Amino acid sequence: MNGANLRQKIAFSVLGLVTLLVVIPILLILYFVISRGWSAITWEFLTAMPRNGMKDGGIFPAIIGTVLLITGTMAFSLPLGILSAIYLVEYAKDNLFTRLIKLSVVNLSGIPSIVYGLFGFTLFVVFMRLGVSILAGSLTLAIMSLPVIITATKEALEAVPMAYREISLSLGATRWQTVRYCVLPYAIPGILTGTVLSLSRAAGETAPILFTVAAFYLPRLPNSLFDQVMALPYHLYVISTQVPNMPEKLSFGTGLVLIGLVCLMNLVSIILRSHFRKKKQW
Amino acid sequence: MVEQNAMIKTVNLNCYYEDQQVLQNINLEVYKNEILGIIGPSNSGKTTFLRALNRLNSLNINYRQKGVIIFENQNAQDIDDTLLRKKIGIIFAMPQVLPISIYENIAYGPKVHGVKDRAKIEFLVEDSLKKAYLWDEVRDRLKTSAAKLSGGQQQRLCIARTLAVEPDVILYDEPCSGLDPISTAKVEDAMGQLSQQYTQILVTNNTKQAARVSHRTAFFLMGEMVEVDQTNVMFTHPSDQRTDDYITGKFG
Repeated sequence: MNGANLRQKIAFSVLGLVTLLVVIPILLILYFVISRGWSAITWEFLTAMPRNGMKDGGIFPAIIGTVLLITGTMAFSLPLGILSAIYLVEYAKDNLFTRLIKLSVVNLSGIPSIVYGLFGFTLFVVFMRLGVSILAGSLTLAIMSLPVIITATKEALEAVPMAYREISLSLGATRWQTVRYCVLPYAIPGILTGTVLSLSRAAGETAPILFTVAAFYLPRLPNSLFDQVMALPYHLYVISTQVPNMPEKLSFGTGLVLIGLVCLMNLVSIILRSHFRKKKQW
Repeated sequence: MVEQNAMIKTVNLNCYYEDQQVLQNINLEVYKNEILGIIGPSNSGKTTFLRALNRLNSLNINYRQKGVIIFENQNAQDIDDTLLRKKIGIIFAMPQVLPISIYENIAYGPKVHGVKDRAKIEFLVEDSLKKAYLWDEVRDRLKTSAAKLSGGQQQRLCIARTLAVEPDVILYDEPCSGLDPISTAKVEDAMGQLSQQYTQILVTNNTKQAARVSHRTAFFLMGEMVEVDQTNVMFTHPSDQRTDDYITGKFG
């Protein structure tokens, strides 16, 4: 074996080993959460109200709260994020204003989540008088998710070959028809991936919902969008740090449910993605 | 042979990318139902000229243009982008099909122009494919992906797709540069048939192709149009020495 071949072998072995190292933390997290939390997962745990200072009963209101928050976040951030990304990629001229918008989108993603929480509290809860509510929490999470959704949508749109747009325009289609029929259908899988990623992150965030929606202990379901709710990540924080003598399996069980919820969302996006790919044959 | 009324006329057309001038004072008439060949080495501005005619250049934000383009006795500037591009179709150098079925590729144009009647669309699909000499090869698999066709078939599909929006002019930007000789011959046959109904402009790096197909030929060099004349005159007694040098292969 000559030197170049040997070096190639070493290089690939190192790359392979490093890649393996990346997988280890994920496996370990799953192992710990499942091995310690699995025994807590019962039908009652998933569907009952908490009782006895949260040491008994279930986490049903927290599950519902998180599902409501994800739905609310989606309702605000998807249209806003996807539509503005379409504008930026397909219509906006490359001028100072556009560059300013792009810069602020990038910077938005660098803001710590607790700052979003404070901002949401000031703007939605106090100034807009929405109160500590599902609405205020969803809006706060939506703004936090926007940069990732915009960036992912932009990348998905930019990945669609320029030739498709030229074909469409050269046949006399308008810009909007071109976007609608020759660009968006091919960008949807990429948009979905980015969107679900950002929503999964929003589902697990504690800081933004701390002051805007999350209830410490509220063993009933919300009546309207202006109610407070419990949410899984905050509940997890509460029972792990604020309640003495909490059985460990309840914390890990709650974490397991949260992971499960996020995995479910990813699964739905994978199914949708392969559905769109099959339809478009590319 | 060729009716002598101008379909397209450019008056002092100058084109620029940023500060670089790529076309200088192009004055050229294109007659109805002729095939005008445009030959010249790379970077002579042939493609820019084509894309100026159906305004695809304006997609590039650095592009600027001076001069007048007259299309069907009307200043092209006064015609809406979508209408102008519908009337002046273009075939790109590399066969570019959308990753959808053969049928959908051709139906796309009529659909964006508001044709809803299914029978009309089906007629346009069949008629365009026949005119592009592709119908017999694909008639039993219209619903399969266009990406599965060979390069030559894809290029003829592109021609059919352009025909389906019922243009008056078809521009070809080196349409055979990626094709084998047999596919090239088929595309050239299609062009010959189409000249009964359409005005065609063929940009090509292949001087022999221009000699075979076009009625008149223009020679572009470094952004200038050196001369334009009947093809047989151009290839036998060109009036400019540079044309003679290019055609006989002294440079290029």
